[in-house]
Amino acid sequence: MSVERDWPLWEVFVRAKRGLSHQHVGSLHAPDPQMALRNARDVYTRRSEGVSIWVVPAAEIVASSPDEKDAFFDPAADKAYRHPTFYDIPAEVQHL
Amino acid sequence: MSHPTTSLAGAPFASGGLVSAHDSAGTPTSGPADRASLAVYALRLGDDALVLAQRLGEWVASAPQIEEDIALGNIGLDLLGQARTLLAYAGETEGAGRSEDDLAYVREERAFVNVQLVEQPNGDFAVSMARQLYFSTYQFALYERLQHSADATLGGVAEKAVKEVAYHRDHATQWVLRLGDGTDESHRRMQDGLARMWPFVAELFEADDLVRALATGGVAVDPSTLRAEWDAYVDAVLAEATLARPTSTWTARGGRRGIHSQPFGFLLAELQHLHRSHPGASW
Repeated sequence: MSVERDWPLWEVFVRAKRGLSHQHVGSLHAPDPQMALRNARDVYTRRSEGVSIWVVPAAEIVASSPDEKDAFFDPAADKAYRHPTFYDIPAEVQHL
Repeated sequence: MSHPTTSLAGAPFASGGLVSAHDSAGTPTSGPADRASLAVYALRLGDDALVLAQRLGEWVASAPQIEEDIALGNIGLDLLGQARTLLAYAGETEGAGRSEDDLAYVREERAFVNVQLVEQPNGDFAVSMARQLYFSTYQFALYERLQHSADATLGGVAEKAVKEVAYHRDHATQWVLRLGDGTDESHRRMQDGLARMWPFVAELFEADDLVRALATGGVAVDPSTLRAEWDAYVDAVLAEATLARPTSTWTARGGRRGIHSQPFGFLLAELQHLHRSHPGASW
């Protein structure tokens, strides 16, 4: 009998350039953090997509449940006053 | 497009360039002989990269994980990029009208001047990682010095490639550490892989008159001067990985003179068959 030892799953976040924040780009398998970082480099930045990478064990991420969607998100839907839409953004401001 | 096979007639590489680097009294000559030597030297570096790229390509879709398929594919493509520049430069310097494709796809086995290490079959993953550790450590030391070559093209290739190879060496190092200091089975297989590739290490550092003459002129790097750095790095990795430095009773030789091991013919057949079946095919 072969013993199947699957590598743990890691979520990968890449920062495209200085000043921007890290964005989730996908996930991958790796045996440990250092190899996860290297795999992420190979899988997600081979076309110059990034200047910085974070890898996070997928098991460490606490996610909201689809079952809680109504309670979590619907109450915000009718509160337009929470959006900063009542003043003009200067044209020079980028990445907002 | 003319079929490039005709240009093979001269087959000026391998031993031809080696002899022409010196006159009969052994005095270095200048001009055409230097160009011929330079062409051979570029071809040696290019063939090493081309053949290892082909071997690494064999891992794609067969590696332990898809992530490793991509890692090895990337490393292979880095090497292929180096090979393209170096073969094109070899052809240009030779001045016989041969392109990078002519050199890659229609040369016969005996005209390839790569070291035998890079043509060795992949074996299991540990064998391939042993080959990667040995070769990338050598190539990193080589390119680090070749960056300062008196020849601007070689220097430029090395300057770009040294960053790629730093990653190749790191990749191999990470795996040798994990397999060596992993389970009983991974340790055994890593030790076996190191032993299987060990007889092919010495050839990396062999110098001949051609490379010594170019090194004296500041164009090439005498590979025998890289051994100490190579030993220091590999020994440190093996020690940390709880692996023993292998020994061997024999040493491979002759790749630079076109002498190759039996598996190389099969590799070449796979590498060349499309071009030979459909000369000039493109898409």
